[in-house]
Amino acid sequence: MSRLITRTAAVAALLSPLAAVAAALEGQAEKQSLNLTAILMFLAFVAATLGITYWAARRTQSRADFYTAGGGITGFQNGLAIAGDYMSAASFLGISALVFGSGFDGLIYSIGFLVGWPVIMFLIAERLRNLGKFTFADVASYRLDQLAIRKLAAAGTLITVAFYLIAQMVGAGQLIKLLFGLDYNIAVVLVGVLMIVYVTFGGMLATTWVQIIKAMLLLGGASFMAFMVMRHVGFSVETLFEQATAAHKDGLAIMAPGKLVKDPVSAISLGLALMFGTAGLPHILMRFFTVKNAVEARKSVFYATGFIGYFYILTFIIGFGAIVLVGTNTFYLDTASPQGGLRGGSNMAAIHLAHAVGGDVFLGFISAVAFATILAVVAGLTLSGATAVSNDLYAHVFKRGKANEQDEIRVSKYATVALGILAIVLGIAFEKQNVAFMVGLAFAIAASANFPILLLSMVWRGLTTRGALLGGSLGLLSAVSLTVLGPAVWVKVLGHDSPVFPYDAPALFSMSLAFFGCWIGSVTDRSARARIEKGRYTEQLVRAETGYGATGAASH
Amino acid sequence: MTTTINQARDGVEASGGVTVAPDILRILNSAAFVELRARRRRFSAILTVLMLTIYYGFILAIAFAPHWLAVPIDGVITVGIPLGLGVILSAIVLTGIYVRRANGEFDALTAQAIQGARP
Repeated sequence: MSRLITRTAAVAALLSPLAAVAAALEGQAEKQSLNLTAILMFLAFVAATLGITYWAARRTQSRADFYTAGGGITGFQNGLAIAGDYMSAASFLGISALVFGSGFDGLIYSIGFLVGWPVIMFLIAERLRNLGKFTFADVASYRLDQLAIRKLAAAGTLITVAFYLIAQMVGAGQLIKLLFGLDYNIAVVLVGVLMIVYVTFGGMLATTWVQIIKAMLLLGGASFMAFMVMRHVGFSVETLFEQATAAHKDGLAIMAPGKLVKDPVSAISLGLALMFGTAGLPHILMRFFTVKNAVEARKSVFYATGFIGYFYILTFIIGFGAIVLVGTNTFYLDTASPQGGLRGGSNMAAIHLAHAVGGDVFLGFISAVAFATILAVVAGLTLSGATAVSNDLYAHVFKRGKANEQDEIRVSKYATVALGILAIVLGIAFEKQNVAFMVGLAFAIAASANFPILLLSMVWRGLTTRGALLGGSLGLLSAVSLTVLGPAVWVKVLGHDSPVFPYDAPALFSMSLAFFGCWIGSVTDRSARARIEKGRYTEQLVRAETGYGATGAASH
Repeated sequence: MTTTINQARDGVEASGGVTVAPDILRILNSAAFVELRARRRRFSAILTVLMLTIYYGFILAIAFAPHWLAVPIDGVITVGIPLGLGVILSAIVLTGIYVRRANGEFDALTAQAIQGARP
């Protein structure tokens, strides 16, 4: 632990040269004990996942194996994997830090992330599984122009994946630097290389099992932390809140909404992005094709919702527990900095709590789990990006649907390596940048470009290719440009005094534009092709509702 | 009555130069499919509206009535805490309710509808 403290102190002290010298001197002595526990546990995780990748590689021969694990994942396993995709290091450390810092406000975020799931269940999950094979573009282009829609969907996928990936890589580098004492660049390269190995050799099967293992480790670790917190307060929720309000500098204010929600428009816009962005994230949508039918898809969503909801309740307890056990202990506080706060920054609340309740060994475990979490999430992201390149762009656009299966698999592996290298390069390039807006932007694009065309193609007979192209492009362009003109980029990254567009979350506007574009583009479309597209809705409807003729699990 | 109208509309719009395969048409016109579609659409719509109302009700309360959420109910615990945790639980419960009905009733109707595809 002491090594971690000096490490984190060293990072925090970069701002103050004098303290940095002192910390660096101490750091040499104390470095090893922490690194050893955490690194050994992480190596055990890597060894286990490489073993799984080896096992998966021998079972991954066909295109269906590579993209969707042959459709052979069960609903329960897929629910865990989806939950794993969702419980990123950012949400574990970020949300518990938000609760630690401002109490109730942390709950608002976690609720926003969760409520997208029921809507996915009620509106798209079963139809998606019944109509699709590998990517959500299969569904969106089912009765529309393959070339045009796949290009648009691939663009939406790759842009969403790119922003999400950069945010994850930069977060990974910073976190690993802090927890393991590794150099930022080495950390980013390590994450990139491991992810390339999982995906190119083990495909979706390995990616899914890495995610499942990590989800179990994270849920187990977080459960233990919440249990220890509750034990500390005699299993009384009231005592927990009493001690937390007594310990926190804001006192009773942490029990009510604070500064997070500034005005109703921001609140609704953020809510829309969180809720419908989930339903447009390509790496999440792709998971629906890894189960054998709509029944399993439905179960996946139920288990995922349960696990994610449980996890957010745990982060809430962990955040409050950190107020009581970490915030009051000077051992974890940054005494060198005049602002005070936690050593290593505010995101360290859960990490410090791990030490407070479980000592050095458990701290090593949670650090290793945080690293594993990043690895698993970037592997899923990269696989969905690579599939958009090989299945949508190469096989359907470039080869007009006549691609040789082995060639297509080869292209997807090249694409994985290329995306992995790109992620490493961008991760290093963005090291010093403020990337906090990127996850929000990924959600906004997913909600504004991917979700509207996916939903309308399934539920509205009137949608035509022209409408989808207009709506999808409007959604994409407006989500990106409003984010750039908003406070998160225009002020915080580009350094202007005041934003051109006043809200952080553009979804309310960009989603409205996307739906309007889909509608106006479709109703004014009098072409012969539009008539055929509407005519083909009947068959799509029957297949979507019943799963008649849907692709099942591949037999081996 | 409404079901016949639905059927008729699908039949007419299904033209537009597109021929619909006979097995698809048989499913489309089967009583089980019409029933499945009507019941599931209604059920999904109700649950979606319920979830949106709960969530945006919560968000609007935060935006417009933060002081109400800060009212203590039991010691230091405020109205907002059980309400927020309630939103999380409602999301899990609503998906559970959907799965329960879909696993039984909707799957049975789907099986019936597909059975009708064979001549």
